[in-house]
Amino acid sequence: MDINSVKKLPRAIQESRRWLGLASLLLGLAAWWAAARFGGLPSFILPSPWQVWTRFLRALSDGSLLVHSGVTLLEVVLGLLGGALFATVTGYLVAKSRTLERVLSPYLVASQAVPLVAIAPLLVIWFGPGMASKVLICALIVFFPVLVNTVVGVRAVPAALHDLMRSLRATRMQILLKLEIPAALPVFLGGLRIGATLSVIGAVVGELVGADMGLGFLVNVGRGQYDTALVFVAVFTLIVLALVLYGLVAWAERRLLKWQGT
Amino acid sequence: MTKTPILTVSNLTAIFPDNNGGLHALDRIAFEVHPREFVCVLGPSGSGKSTLLRILAGLLPPTAGQCAFSGGENPRIGMVFQQANLMPWRSVIENLTLPLELAGMETDAARVKARELIELVGLGGFEENWPRDLSGGMAQRVAIARALIHDPDLLLLDEPFGSLDALTRERMWTELSRIWQRRQKTVLMVTHSISEALFLADRVLVLTQRPGRVKLDLAVDLPRPRNDEMRYTPEFGQLARRLKEAIG
Repeated sequence: MDINSVKKLPRAIQESRRWLGLASLLLGLAAWWAAARFGGLPSFILPSPWQVWTRFLRALSDGSLLVHSGVTLLEVVLGLLGGALFATVTGYLVAKSRTLERVLSPYLVASQAVPLVAIAPLLVIWFGPGMASKVLICALIVFFPVLVNTVVGVRAVPAALHDLMRSLRATRMQILLKLEIPAALPVFLGGLRIGATLSVIGAVVGELVGADMGLGFLVNVGRGQYDTALVFVAVFTLIVLALVLYGLVAWAERRLLKWQGT
Repeated sequence: MTKTPILTVSNLTAIFPDNNGGLHALDRIAFEVHPREFVCVLGPSGSGKSTLLRILAGLLPPTAGQCAFSGGENPRIGMVFQQANLMPWRSVIENLTLPLELAGMETDAARVKARELIELVGLGGFEENWPRDLSGGMAQRVAIARALIHDPDLLLLDEPFGSLDALTRERMWTELSRIWQRRQKTVLMVTHSISEALFLADRVLVLTQRPGRVKLDLAVDLPRPRNDEMRYTPEFGQLARRLKEAIG
């Protein structure tokens, strides 16, 4: 075995690993197709991949898929931004003040103990079946992970770097901008990444409870009309939505945290 | 030296609150530092050396007494810590420009100064590297450059070479004494190494075991530039013995 072949080996393995993922997906698709074709199930129980695909094209061409996806996306993004913003500010204050932490902690713990699915109907009753209640549910579900990560991130700023900034007579604002934010960013973005996927879940939960728009509403419509292919279309769209959001935050992480290396 | 001192420490006392009437770290410390003097503070561990430095840096209020700077209330301080203490999210040159940024200098002007300092500490070519790419000695040289860049009135070094291996440490002594001669700064350095103190300092202050008090104020009149050979001279040996006896 010469040196070249030794060097090439890991690359070949890498290459084949990339194909493995695709092959696994295709295998899953084939299994689904076979189950639908030979399982003897009616199509309102298990539509075939082809039926789902044609239903997808139909929903796309009549515009309904885009409209409902747009509504859900807007709820998810507004909820994510609102919840994350509120959580970041609260988290920073909690990290800085033990007193505030004591005051707020019963509420924070309680908010985590309440299953959001259970209070979603309440929020829909209070804020109506429109977008407001969904945005609120998204914001609530995003709040806690972002808050916790903000607190952890800000508390983990090395004391020695605080000393450095103080020896250079840095102002509070400079300490915030040049030390605390960049130092807490990795942990904070980790929280945001979790929040992004949770926000999609929040919007769907809200829409399932009561809505006249959105992908969760589409799921309900499909179920009511025994249009199971439409349910599949809505679910797959949700998966793509969550993956795109997750990917966006992950991309931002890679851009902002270049210094961490790979 | 007959010039007015740049720093006058008088009656400085530090007591940390604990459950047992307070931990007495420093007890009525008094000394003066003159401009461009290199002073080493030597003492056994737990003698309050670092506490003294933190008070001078303004990181800790003294319990009693004071330290007065001739330049006024708020002297510019350059501080080097036991660890390099670089910001991992900033490149080498961005770490260097930090003190200038905080003082409100424009980025371009700050970068020009930073390049000068990078050359001075012999790290040309590493401007855009991340701190994680640097060895311990290189990182500590960046830290020294950062402490010098804003032209501080007083340079405070807190056992800056303690975390380096012996060979790198001795190379850093030569480096630091070269930089000090070029820049003509007033330096106060905490160390627990007698050789380090004798290699670098004009004067050595020896602190007692806690509560720290000035036990010996020894002038080091060895010729400069100092090198390795000097360590085997009888003068060096005598000074070293006096310091060793004072530490106890």
